[in-house]
Amino acid sequence: MPDLARLIGKRLLLGLLTLFAVSVLVFIGTELLPGDLAEVILGQTATPEAVAAIRAKLNLGDPAVLRYWRWFSGVLVGDFGNSLASGRPIVTVLLPRLQATLFLAATAAVIAVPLAIALGLLSALWRDRTFDKTTSAATLAAISMPEFFIGYLLVYVFAVQLGWFPAISRISPSAGFGQKLWAIALPALTLTLVTTGHMMRMTRAAVVQVLSAPYIEMAELKGTPRRAIIFRHALPNAIGPIANVVVLNLAFLVVGVILVEVVFVYPGMGQLMVDAVSKRDIPLIQACAIVFAITYVGLNMLADIVSILANPRLRHPR
Amino acid sequence: MNAYSGYDRMLRQGGLDRRSFGKLAAMLGASASVGAMLPGAARAQGEPKKGGSVAIGATGGATTDSLNPLLATASIHQLTSFMWGNCLVEYGTDGSAVPELAESWEPSPDAKTWRFNLRKGVTFHDGKELDAEDVIWTLNQSRGEGSQSGAAGIMTQVKDLRADGSHVVVVELEEGNADLPYLMTDYHLVIMQKDSDPASGIGTGGYRITEFDPGVRIFGERNENYFKTGRANLDSVEIVGIADPAARTAALQTGQIQIMERVDPKTVDLLGKMPGVTIHRAAGGGHYSMVMRCDTAPFDNNDFRLGLKYAADREDILAKILRGLGRVGNDQPIPVTDPFFAADLPQRTYDPDKARFHMKKAGYGGEKIPFSTSDAPFAGAVDAAVLYQQHAAAAGINIDVIREPADGYWNDVWMKKPFCFTFWGGRPTADMMMSIAYHSKAAWNESYWFRPDFDKLLVQARAELDRPKRAQMYAELQRMINEEGGELIPMFNDFVDASTAEVQNFELTPQLGLCGMRAPERVWLDA
Repeated sequence: MPDLARLIGKRLLLGLLTLFAVSVLVFIGTELLPGDLAEVILGQTATPEAVAAIRAKLNLGDPAVLRYWRWFSGVLVGDFGNSLASGRPIVTVLLPRLQATLFLAATAAVIAVPLAIALGLLSALWRDRTFDKTTSAATLAAISMPEFFIGYLLVYVFAVQLGWFPAISRISPSAGFGQKLWAIALPALTLTLVTTGHMMRMTRAAVVQVLSAPYIEMAELKGTPRRAIIFRHALPNAIGPIANVVVLNLAFLVVGVILVEVVFVYPGMGQLMVDAVSKRDIPLIQACAIVFAITYVGLNMLADIVSILANPRLRHPR
Repeated sequence: MNAYSGYDRMLRQGGLDRRSFGKLAAMLGASASVGAMLPGAARAQGEPKKGGSVAIGATGGATTDSLNPLLATASIHQLTSFMWGNCLVEYGTDGSAVPELAESWEPSPDAKTWRFNLRKGVTFHDGKELDAEDVIWTLNQSRGEGSQSGAAGIMTQVKDLRADGSHVVVVELEEGNADLPYLMTDYHLVIMQKDSDPASGIGTGGYRITEFDPGVRIFGERNENYFKTGRANLDSVEIVGIADPAARTAALQTGQIQIMERVDPKTVDLLGKMPGVTIHRAAGGGHYSMVMRCDTAPFDNNDFRLGLKYAADREDILAKILRGLGRVGNDQPIPVTDPFFAADLPQRTYDPDKARFHMKKAGYGGEKIPFSTSDAPFAGAVDAAVLYQQHAAAAGINIDVIREPADGYWNDVWMKKPFCFTFWGGRPTADMMMSIAYHSKAAWNESYWFRPDFDKLLVQARAELDRPKRAQMYAELQRMINEEGGELIPMFNDFVDASTAEVQNFELTPQLGLCGMRAPERVWLDA
């Protein structure tokens, strides 16, 4: 067990290093964006006086390294600073958006993950039969369409024609949980369609591979029931790859849904980051990037740990 | 006091006679609301109905927004500012200056000193009564070193502000300006309370802001103490930031919003055919321009510029890029809706022979002429450039369309590259438009056009209180820009909004969409 703790500790440390590297890369990226920060904040209506005032206020004359260090040392103590464009503390800007994004991601995940795994298992079980082929075709079709297009299709059918769900996900602060779910039904469905195919196919492939292993043959020869073979022998050994693909899709649900946010006017993190980039709000861009990086690194770490726990060979190296 | 009284006053003063009023209305291409523009006819549309709530899908919202009117840029900010606040003067549906927080004003004979008489008994949302100190404090926010206000430029002409008693504000200008009341309609100059936080959203307007989620939604409830009668009729107004035109359309179709800003020209015909949807088209000063730097060869040669101007088929660009939702331009920035529009100036048309003649005179031998564009100035600017390339090719002119990144366009391309696309939202007056982009010393003299005689006449016209004389001066200024300027202006765009049929009194206003961004206080619902 101490081995395991060390293993996980090492992963955590590596994760933190990755995050640091990401923050440096993002900073360099923001420095490379075209245009002067002060001029971009003011837009076409910038007057030289106003630009000078903003430059002075934001210490834009200081070297990039110094500005970066000021920001990073703040983050280490949990202070993301203030938004350059609006002057509000970044935490208050970020948190509601993060909540909204996580709510949508969680809803989509709660539908998509069990659905994908169930479909994947059944497809593996009934390999090459009609069910398998239909599922494959349907999920592949869904995955091949761009998500905004799926979004528009769903809006057309379920909002404009049938009127079952709202076309835009407007959520008033006083809305109850049920109302919120109703409001995000279409974006959640869009994301489900976008992610299910990938997870389902990986599940199917992993299980199919395990099913062809000699020990499964042994179990079959022993007369173990089909259900027990799948759940007791095959699934635990397929968990590693499944966990990895699930995590990849969960991360996508958090960081990659900007198009869906725009189509459904959903105030999530993607829109926040796009706004931040267009306004050259560097601390806000960095904060968003850090949150995204934490999501990615954290979820991938989780997948690694799950794989390790599920696989005795990794649990006891050598 | 009824806001219509302003128009009555205007008519009485002879600023605009009824006939030209009607002509203007016809030119605006007004759909349902032509009648509403005439004081007498206004009541015929029915008395305003109180109650109900309206959601407006508007563009330009960002998470970085604040309620501070000084920093307003996009339409969603302007709409919000006019929910909670008022200016001294309102921009009327006929393009006139309508009394708002100032109930009247008088210029000195040289138009250098102006007295604004404030309306009495107007209260802020927190109960404090409006007085001259509030107005002076507000206007001072846009003055002086380091002001971040978008109105800082136009306020540099103010020399001094002082109160004369509790309800008179005296504005002294560096030089005479007959248009000062119009400058006071600027959405950055929404009157705030003295020593208040500019981002508090507390003003004298028809709605109190009760929720503000930057870029996402703004919610306001009716201010029962509003000083205008017949305005701010809705119980509540919600503004929703919707950037995607398809999402705005779907939201209108499904009844999630009742008013949508900026209909996509490509779908306007389809949307207009839908039952229960009304399209509102307002003409105005918004225009597209292909700017040539007159200080850079070969654009420093007027024949070269004329050649390029004759090589544009404006009708074709208007029809294909804006689907006809606009008017052709005549290489000068004053729109047909402006009282000082020079109607006698001949319209420049597509003439490849003339283009060839001028180009030859300028010594052009078929070299590539780089033209920078991007979809940053407006959606369709790249397509418009390619169209122009085709038109020009027929005159033997070789336009090389360069697509620049949209991000950073205003910093890295505009006013840097010698020939590029630009967009101007309209300005309320001819003087403002010309001062901001054509005066030699203007910060945004984008064509680098330096003409002392133009500058001199512009300043003279600004201070001229005699209208016919002034009109003549503006006609001359427009002729100068048309014949010698560095701007090829192919078209003016209309502001095209849509609403559900129950939305009444959608008063079209030249210059801006959504009833001059005052839809929340102007419309009412017909149950």
